[in-house]
Amino acid sequence: MKAINFLITGVGGQGTLLAGDLLAAVGLAAGYDVKKSDILGLAVRGGAVVGHVRWAERVFSPIVPDGQVDFLVAFEVLEGLRWLHHVRPEGTVLLNQQEIHPVTVSSGLTGYPDPAAVDRALGERGGPVFKVPGLELALRLGNPRVLNVVLLGALSSRLPLSAALWQQVLKNRVPGRYLELNEKAFEQGRTWAQERSDS
Amino acid sequence: MRALLSGNEAIARGAYEYGVQVATGYPGTPSSEILENIARYPEIYAEWSVNEKVAMDAAIGAAYAGRRALVTMKQVGMNVASDSFFYAVYTGVKGGLLIVTADDPGMYSSQNEQDNRHYARFAKMPMVEPADSQEAKDMVGLGLELSEAWDTPVLLRTVMRISHSGSPVELGQRPPRDNSPVALERNPHKLVSTCLWARDRHPVVEDRLQRLAEYACTVSVNRIEWGDRRLGIVTSGPVYHYAHEVWPDASYLKLGLPYPLPTALIRRFADGVERLLVLEELDPFLEEQIKALGISCQGKALFPLTGELTPAVLVESAAAAGLIAAPPPLPPPLPLPGRSPVFCPGCPHRSTFYLLNRMKNVVVAGDIGCYNLGALPPFDATDTMGSMGASIGVAHGFDVANISDPFVAVIGDSTFFHAGIAPLLNIVHNGGKSTVVILDNHTTAMTGHQDHPGTAVRLGGAPATRVDIADVVQACGVHDVHRVNAFEIKAVRRALKDALAFDGPSVVLVEGPCFFVGPGPAGAYEVDPAACVACGVCFRLGCPAIVRSDEVYPANGKPQAFIDPVLCVGCDMCAQVCGPGAIHPVDEPVSGVEQ
Repeated sequence: MKAINFLITGVGGQGTLLAGDLLAAVGLAAGYDVKKSDILGLAVRGGAVVGHVRWAERVFSPIVPDGQVDFLVAFEVLEGLRWLHHVRPEGTVLLNQQEIHPVTVSSGLTGYPDPAAVDRALGERGGPVFKVPGLELALRLGNPRVLNVVLLGALSSRLPLSAALWQQVLKNRVPGRYLELNEKAFEQGRTWAQERSDS
Repeated sequence: MRALLSGNEAIARGAYEYGVQVATGYPGTPSSEILENIARYPEIYAEWSVNEKVAMDAAIGAAYAGRRALVTMKQVGMNVASDSFFYAVYTGVKGGLLIVTADDPGMYSSQNEQDNRHYARFAKMPMVEPADSQEAKDMVGLGLELSEAWDTPVLLRTVMRISHSGSPVELGQRPPRDNSPVALERNPHKLVSTCLWARDRHPVVEDRLQRLAEYACTVSVNRIEWGDRRLGIVTSGPVYHYAHEVWPDASYLKLGLPYPLPTALIRRFADGVERLLVLEELDPFLEEQIKALGISCQGKALFPLTGELTPAVLVESAAAAGLIAAPPPLPPPLPLPGRSPVFCPGCPHRSTFYLLNRMKNVVVAGDIGCYNLGALPPFDATDTMGSMGASIGVAHGFDVANISDPFVAVIGDSTFFHAGIAPLLNIVHNGGKSTVVILDNHTTAMTGHQDHPGTAVRLGGAPATRVDIADVVQACGVHDVHRVNAFEIKAVRRALKDALAFDGPSVVLVEGPCFFVGPGPAGAYEVDPAACVACGVCFRLGCPAIVRSDEVYPANGKPQAFIDPVLCVGCDMCAQVCGPGAIHPVDEPVSGVEQ
């Protein structure tokens, strides 16, 4: 059983916490030992958030050791770039194409990375990079809050587990009235990623 | 059945499975989810107490009555509660009493990085320390058993990385518990800590601690795991797991009951290894005690005193000390702007700090809560912040020190109830003239929207008597009270000015619900590009929904404002500060804006 380290990054309020919970539950359902770690509190108020999820035969630390990220799931561009150097050379990056400007950018104290700089940083990577239009896919379903499940759907296409296992976890974890929406979101993300080679 | 639980969920589950009947606490990251999860078990009486000391006394009273009790707080909450658990160590308990402290190495959401293991030693009570969620649940049971067997409160010390990390936990059942009325067993000689009788209790405490140290050598949570004998590592808590990432083959002495120190066990381990390392976050709590035994070991000479000892920190320090080969360096991080937490769109605190930012000469003594973000850009308004309720006492200190600038204390509703009433009485009693701004957002927002005496419900959803802050303030003897709507910036400005001008103690009560407990979003607003003069005033509100537009106002070449319709909740504050009236609700024509 190959150990897999995930890092989920984004901005407080984007739904990264639930994504981490679901990902941990999937690992457990697949028979892995699983640990995860979240930062709560001050960070959720529009601050940067990062969640660690680890699957392995036996997991010790709940924190992914430096530089050993196999999959970076970034909900926001800047928060993806911030952790890019922790991804293994052959690791996979899923970067949601959403920019949320920090207040220091709005008030003119700093600038947001320009698209050319983003592409340059991504271009230097050896492993696969997916620029996921996650918010767009979620809005197609009429609800920006399913962004997290859309991104998990995209991630699922890169992992050797059946879609049925993921859907079973969704069924267990998502309240009934939102289940169908989330199942669609998962499919939306999964199909999008399956249709694309590395870009 | 196995479930993936956070450390906090596991502690709550432990309270359920080990028959806790009364649970109290005050919210504080990283501890808050413990009591929130306990409240989901109807078998357990759970309450948010008004502060940690009250929570501690209530739990002690329940334990005196023979109920199993648990009290929870963050690390600095133990400072507030300390007056009480010190006496409980002397009196002992009847039902098990477990005190849960959630420490914050790394200071993710705290004003300091204090190491509460010292409280176990200081107050002379045993301490258990879990390393993952399964242990967190198990140690609730162990702690309660120890408490009853040894007639003492027991400290369970978790840290953020245990509380907010998830790992699998085997679930069990709750034993039947009798909740019928119980007579208090009267024993004043034991339970009344007058000096005459408490004097007899001190030798009991010392004797108990000595015998507990012997017991600690036999308990299974303190265990030697022999591996490669060239390196022995003494550790506890999450560092046990971090160390395995770096030294998977070393010998380990894992301490789940690290206080009182199992001295004979430590000697045996030290004798069995060539080199002894003590790996612990924050203070050299174990190391100093081990060295005092005359055992040679290394710890803080090689590893940092501050922050978490994550695998990365262990690797860096161990490589610098020549214990391991240095790994290849990571690629350098990209130079990127930071992202600090901010007031949410629709936050009622925004008006006060927008105004305090503009009242440059006003000194602001701040307090603990979301409104502490008023110290950050673009507000840069808060000058001091230290602990719960400190704002009002510090402002009074400014007053009696006769500082030359005008000054205010700024404190939230939950914090006011927690520790703000006594210092307000102090101002009145001593003839002070401070202005106290109370930001009443009807919840304890920062820690996840818990109730408090000013809310109409209590933990678990039952209705509660709502205490009106204005009534409290007036009963304290403050008569210059200005009650204003947080979402009316002009009214808040007028109240601040009037209160500052008043020659006596005054209170500005700024009322408006936190967005998360309020009526929900109104329609989004938008900026009319034809009317926006790119003056930048709306950016000073620090609202995440107001961003720079790609359009530039030709007359000054500056970027115009744009409102993100997904983030905007229609609080109207930006429309109130917009000079040319360029901001209005999305579906409202420009001519219809009432400004």
